[in-house]
Amino acid sequence: MAFTLPELPYAMDALEPFISARTLEFHHGKHHQAYVNNVNNLIPGTPFEHATLEEIILKADGGIFNNGAQVFNHTFYFEQFSPFGCREPLGALKDALDRDFGSIAAFTDHFNKAAATLFGSGWAWLVVNIDGKLEIVQTSNAGCPLRDGKKPLLTCDVWEHAYYLDKQNLRPKYIEDFWKVLDWKVISLRFGA
Amino acid sequence: MSFELPKLGYAYTALEPLIDARTMEIHHTKHHGGYTANLNAALQGSGHEGKTIEEIMKIAGTLPAAVRNNGGGYYNHNLYWEILTPGGSKEPRGVLLDAIRESFGSLTALKDAFVKAAITRFGSGWAWLLLDNNKLVVSSTPNQDNPLMDVAEVKGRPVLGIDVWEHAYYLNYQNRRPDYVEAFWNLINWDEVTRRFKG
Repeated sequence: MAFTLPELPYAMDALEPFISARTLEFHHGKHHQAYVNNVNNLIPGTPFEHATLEEIILKADGGIFNNGAQVFNHTFYFEQFSPFGCREPLGALKDALDRDFGSIAAFTDHFNKAAATLFGSGWAWLVVNIDGKLEIVQTSNAGCPLRDGKKPLLTCDVWEHAYYLDKQNLRPKYIEDFWKVLDWKVISLRFGA
Repeated sequence: MSFELPKLGYAYTALEPLIDARTMEIHHTKHHGGYTANLNAALQGSGHEGKTIEEIMKIAGTLPAAVRNNGGGYYNHNLYWEILTPGGSKEPRGVLLDAIRESFGSLTALKDAFVKAAITRFGSGWAWLLLDNNKLVVSSTPNQDNPLMDVAEVKGRPVLGIDVWEHAYYLNYQNRRPDYVEAFWNLINWDEVTRRFKG
């Protein structure tokens, strides 16, 4: 069964001026699409021919892992934005962030630092760890917290392709703008699920 | 003594249209400049001040990540600007061409191996032509690692290197890394590569 590129749940220009339409066109139309194509080309004749993305993330290595995990990571990333979203955590998720980080401000500082300091290409994540606590992790390249038994809630893509057309070397500026298009309703649904 | 960002031996516009001036300026002043400043900061009080960059590379795996990453970034970009010049010979000749033929069979075979290493390096990193016990080999390294480092899978003296971090090509080529690699190949100053080969 071949994987397909999910459509974005908003227009290409919906996140302007924080994430440009041009960035989304390449990020979704070229990078995300290439990962889909690559994993589809790599799996025939392997034990992963009929696997789900989650199974690939847990068990595959090399190109199948890299491309399969990047399909998952990008879908997860694009789905959490909205031009009209809820811009702050609420309810049970807010309570859990307060409980595990002390405050929303402390969580945000910690997450921003993780996203800014990941060296090279990769991702910063808010996850629920195996003890049920919220935690921030960094992964390199295609790394995905599912591989370590952690449940991802929120992610920031810090591959340069995610921000270079808009912000060039200014990754911290991209991270600052990332929060302005994040829809916390999506994160709450993931947390509650 | 601290490390200094070297000046380029040519204008930011010199490699246009294959590498645009805006990419050159940001790459040199912001990225290379950032590695230089961060390396100096990371070395302060480390006991390794005064070492050459090559000496630092040899023990990079034993040093804090900030020294390995920024030291690699400093060394690698120094090499990159020097072998990428608008002038010089556009084809390898003489002893270098002989060595390429001996190790790879032909210049075309070297180019194929080098391009493949550059295109298939997943994420950020570099592809290299290096001298390993007097034999030329092609390798690639993640992030800002390089073949001088104790942590490199393939160790040796780099004679040619291509930066395949997206910042090296994204403004001009976006997702088309193969087009950038092809452009790079046509900008190599083989006189400088020969100088490095001869050591």
